[in-house]
Amino acid sequence: MTALMTLWERDIIRFFRDKPRVIGGLVPPIVFWFLIGTGLGTSVRVPGAPEDLSFLQYFYAGTLVLIVLFTSIFATISIIEDRREGFLQAVLVAPVSRLSIVLGKVMGASTVGLAQGLAFLLLAGAAGLHPGFHGYALAFAVLTLASVGLTGLGFCIAWVLDSSQGFHAVMNLFLIPMWMLSGALFPAAAAPRFLRAVIALNPVAYSVTGLQRALLPSVVAQDSASMGACLAILAAFAALMLTLSVFVASRRTHDI
Amino acid sequence: MDGFKEMNAVVVKSVVHDYPAKRKTVARRALNDVSFSVAEGELFGLLGPNGGGKSTLFRILATSFAPTSGSVSILGRDLIANPESVRPFLGVVFQYPSLDNRLTVRENLVHGGRLYGLSGPTLTARIDEMLGHYRLSARASDLCGALSGGLRRRTELAKSLLHKPKVILLDEPSTGLDPAARQDLWEHLMTLKAEGATILTTTHLMDEGDRCDRVAILDQGKIVAIGTPTALKAEIGGDVITIETNDASGLRDEITKRFGVTPQAFGGQLRLERASGHAFIPQLVEAFPGRLRTVSLSRPSLEDAFLHHAGRRFSDSHEEAQKK
Repeated sequence: MTALMTLWERDIIRFFRDKPRVIGGLVPPIVFWFLIGTGLGTSVRVPGAPEDLSFLQYFYAGTLVLIVLFTSIFATISIIEDRREGFLQAVLVAPVSRLSIVLGKVMGASTVGLAQGLAFLLLAGAAGLHPGFHGYALAFAVLTLASVGLTGLGFCIAWVLDSSQGFHAVMNLFLIPMWMLSGALFPAAAAPRFLRAVIALNPVAYSVTGLQRALLPSVVAQDSASMGACLAILAAFAALMLTLSVFVASRRTHDI
Repeated sequence: MDGFKEMNAVVVKSVVHDYPAKRKTVARRALNDVSFSVAEGELFGLLGPNGGGKSTLFRILATSFAPTSGSVSILGRDLIANPESVRPFLGVVFQYPSLDNRLTVRENLVHGGRLYGLSGPTLTARIDEMLGHYRLSARASDLCGALSGGLRRRTELAKSLLHKPKVILLDEPSTGLDPAARQDLWEHLMTLKAEGATILTTTHLMDEGDRCDRVAILDQGKIVAIGTPTALKAEIGGDVITIETNDASGLRDEITKRFGVTPQAFGGQLRLERASGHAFIPQLVEAFPGRLRTVSLSRPSLEDAFLHHAGRRFSDSHEEAQKK
């Protein structure tokens, strides 16, 4: 337990010491949100949503997910640095279970992602969203599960890659499309059938739907997943990613 | 012996390790049937040129990965089947420091100590003690990334030894240390040994080999000799005579014909081992007037022991390894 906590604490210290990362994870998505949201304004009609809905409001949940995705996943790049700088070799020969190493790392990185997400959540009022305590609590639950799951995914990718350039390639090829096909930018209901199938399989989509249900229920289509289903799917995704991370980290290879 | 049997802290049996072929590198056997044991409380050196297999052996002992075949036990526990049972007792000092550059010296020690289960006042006390030992107290709140190579190594040593490990493994511990810091390191190792720790270190420095209770000479993945430095040097018959000449191979043949001993030739040098070398030198000089540029006589060193067993010079094998 001490080991898990110490790895967790270390990641948080590192994050807040790295000011560009604090800014880099938070500011670009906010700028995205503001520019795309106000630019499209009311010119995009979300099917089934109230007439006066601004895209700024629709896009809010997607931006929140983008912040968590960016921050959580980029935090796992530190695994590649840890390996290259040699820190990891000492952790791997210490009397610490692989589960503790994975949990320490994933908790550290997802706390960082969650903190950034919560910072953006403070702007909900400014976006004209008034979800109330219940809504905020549900949004918090969705964000927590999403950041653990996404960090676990980042952990698996970072563990098997040996360069941060490689990580960026995977990021652009795989993670950005995952975000785009999540209902973050456009509602799933508006997409062609084959994209809807992809969206239904995409765990990021359930974090967007969950957040929209918590913060802005009026934009959620009738047939989308319920809040309970979103939370259950995100929890299952997080558990799967953690299991996979422990499996990946348990292999003993030369490339340490 | 009077029935007292010393317990072995480390037992390595028939260890073979192959690195599989990867992009641009061919498969390579790094360790080839290596066996040795280290007694409790012993200071044991793995001496050899770069590429000889020392680091592979070190990483197997450190539980980084399992060997292709063979068995290893540390303090009676099976390291291959159950590395978790060994890890709490090991203190591992890597060749390239395993520090977090964004944390301070003290923070690195705190996190390092906690990974070994230390916490609270015990941890603080140990940290202060180690900072003092390695003269790091004044730098305790500096970020590790801002430290010089020598200071980073000292921090690494302090971190790895915080939990008073029973078995200490060091990989080329003097790398990057200035002479004063090297002296500190060896003094500290001697203290730890006096307190009962078993120490196993790799090195390519002969004078460090000389400080060990026993050394194993590792060349091309095999142990070519093992014993106390004194015994290894004593295996060489008497003295070492080194001759510099312009005609190494011609002179070698003539020496063989005339004296019945065949010197080894390396470039412009001839080298031969002989008892009472001081009496032999005048005979050589008289026999080949004007053909010997310099003749020197020395007591055998570990370098001579390496050459004796590996059949080539230590520095040559270093260069070969670097060319690979």
